[in-house]
Amino acid sequence: MSKRIDVKDLNVYYGNFLAVEDVTINIEAKSVTAFIGPSGCGKSTFLRTLNRMHEVLPGARVEGEVLLDGDNLYGNGVDPVTVRSQIGMVFQRPNPFPTMSIRDNVLAGVRLNNRKISKGEADALVERSLRGANLWNEVKDRLEKPGSGLSGGQQQRLCIARAIAVEPQVILMDEPCSALDPISTLAIEDLINELKDQYTVVIVTHNMQQAARVSDKTAFFNIAGTGKPGKLIEFGNTHTIFSNPTVKATEDYVSGRFG
Amino acid sequence: MTSTLTPVRSKRSALTRGQLPKYAPYAVLAAALIIGAAVLALIGFNALGWGVLSALLFAAGLVGWSAAVEGSRKAKDRLATCLVLGAFLVALLPLISVIWTVLVNGVPGLVTPGFLSSSMNGVTGVYDNKAAEDGAPVVGGIYHALLGTVQITLLATVISVPVGLLTAIYLVEYGNDGRLARAITFFVDVMTGIPSIVAGLFAAAFFFAVVGPGTKTGAVAAVALSVLMIPVVVRSSEEMLKIVPNELREAAYALGVRKWRTILKVVIPTAISGIASGVTLAIARVIGETAPILVTAGFATSINNNVFGGWMASLPTFIYTQILNPTSPSNPGPSSQRAWGAALVLIILVMILNLGARLIARIFAPKTGR
Repeated sequence: MSKRIDVKDLNVYYGNFLAVEDVTINIEAKSVTAFIGPSGCGKSTFLRTLNRMHEVLPGARVEGEVLLDGDNLYGNGVDPVTVRSQIGMVFQRPNPFPTMSIRDNVLAGVRLNNRKISKGEADALVERSLRGANLWNEVKDRLEKPGSGLSGGQQQRLCIARAIAVEPQVILMDEPCSALDPISTLAIEDLINELKDQYTVVIVTHNMQQAARVSDKTAFFNIAGTGKPGKLIEFGNTHTIFSNPTVKATEDYVSGRFG
Repeated sequence: MTSTLTPVRSKRSALTRGQLPKYAPYAVLAAALIIGAAVLALIGFNALGWGVLSALLFAAGLVGWSAAVEGSRKAKDRLATCLVLGAFLVALLPLISVIWTVLVNGVPGLVTPGFLSSSMNGVTGVYDNKAAEDGAPVVGGIYHALLGTVQITLLATVISVPVGLLTAIYLVEYGNDGRLARAITFFVDVMTGIPSIVAGLFAAAFFFAVVGPGTKTGAVAAVALSVLMIPVVVRSSEEMLKIVPNELREAAYALGVRKWRTILKVVIPTAISGIASGVTLAIARVIGETAPILVTAGFATSINNNVFGGWMASLPTFIYTQILNPTSPSNPGPSSQRAWGAALVLIILVMILNLGARLIARIFAPKTGR
């Protein structure tokens, strides 16, 4: 239940502005791939193009190919909704639906698409997803309470539970821990380690220690200057990127001598 | 325990030196009221003059005292407080005055037996003359007008809410701030400023052209009112939809939910409390319209249950005609009593709607709590 992603010569534009230039990257199935780099270098923009979420932003468009197990996401007649149901996403700030209970939040992907599901199946799905997100023990007694009453870390894990409840092939995470304290961050990182047994995980992070801790492969993005496009500088095994990078800019960034 | 307590000091703290005592405003107010009354007693007392003079004396006294003791910064602060308080009282005055006048004049009409349950059908000047001269009970009531107001407003709401809400959804979710969206926003703003009589004439002319000359029914009035309601509904719904965080839409899209389902199941439920209270306030806004109803629904003295046929009374037009053309021209007293009673009912309706809006907002508000 996981697929690989191959990106070929991808350019991302906002209107006429080239935001990310010429990215080619192969993301393995059942692995954790981290994107690191300075702010504004296009990591999040690029991440969004992997499930066509950038199309929500006005003026955003791409050139190039993104292949999900060989199928081009940007091929003719591909429905972005189908893409997104296969490639889930977790955002920077936890965003549970405020009108829904914890249980309904987990079932949102099913309910909002009006798929019929029996109560027994729904209960099983809620428990499976919440266990998958390491949240079950904390919320099992208050599933009918609103999701917005949870702590920030719990809310983020609820969002992860919501994402895995639709059983995607790939999970994209856009700085999932940047709004969380270290203990909640640790809980999410443990979770990412478990998720890679079943899913392909791509994570954007500003925290290099986090990238080193959780990822198998790391991609370093950089930007030459304001107004210039972001580029993929180096992509390789996390260990290599952090201990023995081939590009000087990568070494400067991971060792903190950046700029 | 006792050792940690601060010893009680008889002299004032160094940190509070140079301040007016807490009772200063009240003392100045009492002095201002007494001096104001004394001055006015010399030149002839009246309540309004007493209020204004006392307020001026209070402001001058308090600010002057403060400037002498506390310094200019505190004095300016007190001056600003006086101005804000004064503006608030001036704004409050007409409101209280209106409510008081309507209560005093309207309660006798409202408590008259049959006032809420009978119409004006068959009530002639003869009865009013008898009521005014022989002290017989005032007959006739507002049932037909209340029924008309409820029917017309309900139909206007049924027309305006879908149109207004869908327009707002287009503007926020699909318009992309394009040329069409900007044009709609502009014309909605223009519509907000349309005088209500023009809306009435529009509806009358529209039905004249479509149905035939002289078409006066509750439905025509409802169309006129919806012309006034739609821009209010669009505006309030638009604001409410705009404040739904984009993150929620993105969360739904990322789950593979279609846009229309996202709007229906995530955006609108999140904004529903604000939309519902906006709609209720829009209803409260048009329920008291008089002119557009006069030219579209005419005026009736008997009960009309059919909003699509025949002239129809409403509370505002009932008040208008009772005052302007009393049932008994020689004894307008009973008519005026009925008009005040109807006015009180109208105000109560508007208050209920406002309270309803708050209740709706509270019921639908996103739940919090653990």
